[in-house]
Amino acid sequence: MSGATLLKESGPREVFCGLTSIVWLHRRMPDAFFLVVGSRTCAHLIQSAAGVMIFAEPRFGTAILEERDLAGLADAHDELNRVVKNLLARRPEIKTLFLVGSCPSEVIKIDLSRVAENLNIELKGQVTVLNYSGSGIETTFTQGEDGALKALIPLMPKSNQKKLLLVGTLANAVEDRLISIFNRLGIDNVESFPPRQSTELPSIGPDTKVLLTQPYLTDTARELKNKGAEIIEAPFPLGVTGSTLWIQAAANSFGIEKILVDSILNPLISRAKQALLPHVEKLSGKKLFLLPESQLEIPLARFLSNECGMKIVEIGTPYLNRDLMKAEIDLLPPDCRIVEGQHVEKQLDRVRDSSPDLVVCGMGLANPLEAEGISTKWSIEMVFSPIHGIDQASDLAELFSRPLRRHDILNPKTLTSN
Amino acid sequence: MELTLWTYEGPPHIGAMRIATSMKKLHYVLHAPQGDTYADLLFTMIERRGSRPPVTYTTFQARDLGGDTAELVKGHIKEAVDRFNPEALLVGESCTAELIQDQPGSLAKGMGFDIPIVSLELPAYSKKENWGGSETFYQIVRNLLKDHSGESKETWQEEKRRPRVNLLGPTLLGFRCRDDILEIQKLLGQHGIDVNVVAPLGASPADIMRMPDADVNVCLYPEIAESTCIWLERNLNIPFTKTVPLGVGATQDFLRELHEVLGMEIPKSVNESNNSKLTWYSNSVDSNYLTGKRVFIFGDGTHALAAARIANEELGFKVVGLGTYSREMARKVRPAAKALGLEALITNDYLEVEEAIKETSPELVLGTQMERHSAKRLGIPCAVISTPMHVQDVPARYSPQMGWEGANVIFDDWVHPLMMGLEEHLIGMFKHDFEFVDGHQSHLGHLGGKGNQNVNQEVKTKISSDATTSNADPIWTHEGERELSKIPFFVRGKVRRNTENYARQAGCREINEETLYDAKAHYKA
Ligand code: SF4
Ligand code: SF4
Repeated sequence: MSGATLLKESGPREVFCGLTSIVWLHRRMPDAFFLVVGSRTCAHLIQSAAGVMIFAEPRFGTAILEERDLAGLADAHDELNRVVKNLLARRPEIKTLFLVGSCPSEVIKIDLSRVAENLNIELKGQVTVLNYSGSGIETTFTQGEDGALKALIPLMPKSNQKKLLLVGTLANAVEDRLISIFNRLGIDNVESFPPRQSTELPSIGPDTKVLLTQPYLTDTARELKNKGAEIIEAPFPLGVTGSTLWIQAAANSFGIEKILVDSILNPLISRAKQALLPHVEKLSGKKLFLLPESQLEIPLARFLSNECGMKIVEIGTPYLNRDLMKAEIDLLPPDCRIVEGQHVEKQLDRVRDSSPDLVVCGMGLANPLEAEGISTKWSIEMVFSPIHGIDQASDLAELFSRPLRRHDILNPKTLTSN
Repeated sequence: MELTLWTYEGPPHIGAMRIATSMKKLHYVLHAPQGDTYADLLFTMIERRGSRPPVTYTTFQARDLGGDTAELVKGHIKEAVDRFNPEALLVGESCTAELIQDQPGSLAKGMGFDIPIVSLELPAYSKKENWGGSETFYQIVRNLLKDHSGESKETWQEEKRRPRVNLLGPTLLGFRCRDDILEIQKLLGQHGIDVNVVAPLGASPADIMRMPDADVNVCLYPEIAESTCIWLERNLNIPFTKTVPLGVGATQDFLRELHEVLGMEIPKSVNESNNSKLTWYSNSVDSNYLTGKRVFIFGDGTHALAAARIANEELGFKVVGLGTYSREMARKVRPAAKALGLEALITNDYLEVEEAIKETSPELVLGTQMERHSAKRLGIPCAVISTPMHVQDVPARYSPQMGWEGANVIFDDWVHPLMMGLEEHLIGMFKHDFEFVDGHQSHLGHLGGKGNQNVNQEVKTKISSDATTSNADPIWTHEGERELSKIPFFVRGKVRRNTENYARQAGCREINEETLYDAKAHYKA
């Protein structure tokens, strides 16, 4: 490992809970419905995180626990049954129903797996009912996707075919692009998980090689391994270097000749580097502080320092999976400070002390920092934007250079002082 | 268990946060898991606030549950008091903490701070945001003023000074509260009435302590302030006003009521209608087209009630639907609806509201952010009059809803989504010219016929997928469709449905031009 300092901090945190990932998962699998079993808070959270109601009739909802549900657990199961059946009657097109556990449902111990099991027997064939936890006492933000994918794994058919499986939700256009690059390398059998339809699950077996597209899939990776798949160790496909190493790792694992790989990737690399230049000019030498939220902080910091010349003040991460992050941490500049967990107030004190040029943070903190004159970037944008792959490197960099450009436009003072 | 896709109100602790964040020098320690910190973004994003809410979340995790969560709570309370040094501390729990029963309020009280500690009990599984806001405000006022009760006090006449009032109820995330307060202050100033304390918005605990100096409380937002006003009346003998000054008529009534409670003579100017432009604009010839426009109203109780009165009495609309999501206000909204010949729609379910909108085919919807979406889908113009709202409903410009200027703003906000008077006729006249596509609406192009076709489509598929009627479904002839397309888009959906119903009843297999007129006559009769 490089010389990164790994610190741990406890105290009040400010991160989304795992329910939030429903916001992109339901877009990915339009035939699935996510039913949170929780409180009015949970319902309010996903609606607020979804940018205040952009969908007329969303493919997610909340079964809100009420006083009488708390009183009798047996009734709560019956009630949930009733709600699910009403929902399915209303939305007969739903093929997979995720019952998503929340803090309240976990604290009062509603056994969602049992409810799911019973419903599966009852509704045989019509819809598959699964469950996972997105609770804030167990999961943060992107971990919800980890839970949802893990719940789908037992349904994956067996296969002995040699294949590459891309794991983690990507923007469709980016995914198509990456698959076409793998095809050009001669890796023809490429599938994705989660699939674009919840019912079209990829098969899996000993000849499945898994390439993680997102860094927050700890449990999913472990379960896939248990199913016999091989996890290809690589950094994540952010930026030119990360994406190149990521593609190369897969190519190696499939025994593709280096000469072919280079001949296909090199033109992409030089084009991408060209496109990066104006952003590098803007970003180079600027101080970056990443607050914990999406788990993408480490790969982002690696890209922004190594390829864009930013100075990393600190990398916050909600939790640190040393195995999955090893390849990333190795690439970080020496003496990088990674802080796992966080004490939101102390971290903000450090932000102010270090007066960074840009802070990557959650939605609740952004405007207060802007008001202090510090430019920010929403973490959640990273999970919504097509940022993966060599071709996207300049788009990714632009997400960070734009706030700085804007700052310059609005504060001409900084122009003259340069 | 209630199935919710979108909710009008957050949980009660969000109401408490609205009070805490509205006030100064107050801190709120909220026992809650990490995900509940999302609530900060309501303030920093919807209202674009430049500072974080004064809230410390304990953010406990599952692994803390086995151990001593009480110690964890105490640690956070101590840290918060040390760091923020508040004049008073609010302590409460969110839905999850309520289940583990740590009672953070009593823990805090046992820690020996010398500031007032207000312990909040907000039942998360039976109450909602506005209730939580109201209860929090009441608890703060009661806690800080409980020793004042029973004190007798001189009137303004006896003290030979100008009368003073408190303005109660405005909060952050309330609908246009910030501007309403300025408007009401200006209005009172014109009548020689001073404002003693505005609360909760902008008030510190020390300001709350000064509330007894007022002669009257002005209850601006009953959802938040009514229970506090009642308590202040009972315990400190401060009467309060019941009229909310939204609209010209209500502003006049409000001024009359306030003068009466204060024992002041009512100036004649109160009755003048030119205090606000609304009255003249509404009387102007251009507004002729507003006559009987069918409007559907849904929102919080206060704004929905006010909207119904303004629509009916001041703009000459016809109210075809009236409802609220706040059950606490149902007892006021029901009779108001009845007076308009309607049954009030009291519901939490935005789909039910959407159905009701579809059913009544209004020409304008006055609602919340939810109704804006429903209306957009149905191709009906809409103005937002109440929370929940979107960032675009927090305008940069001054735009109150209350008082004279508020009435002006309301006139503009409600009328702009519609076509203007002569414009409507011109478009009717020229609509067959090739420059015009069906349903074109000048500057309101996006609300045109297109959205409406979708509605028709939807209604159609709905009807035909309904097993009980599908075999008897009448078919539209070419002529029938052509005649239908001449009907203004906003009632076309309704006419289509009515005609189909009529045809089914009458046993017609085909709907032609004549069937359409038969149906029209049938429903008019
Ligand atoms: S559709 Fe318009 S009103 Fe609705 S959330 Fe998006 S921007 Fe806001
Ligand atoms: S943290 Fe827990 S209670 Fe809060 S929204 Fe997330 S799952 Fe619901």
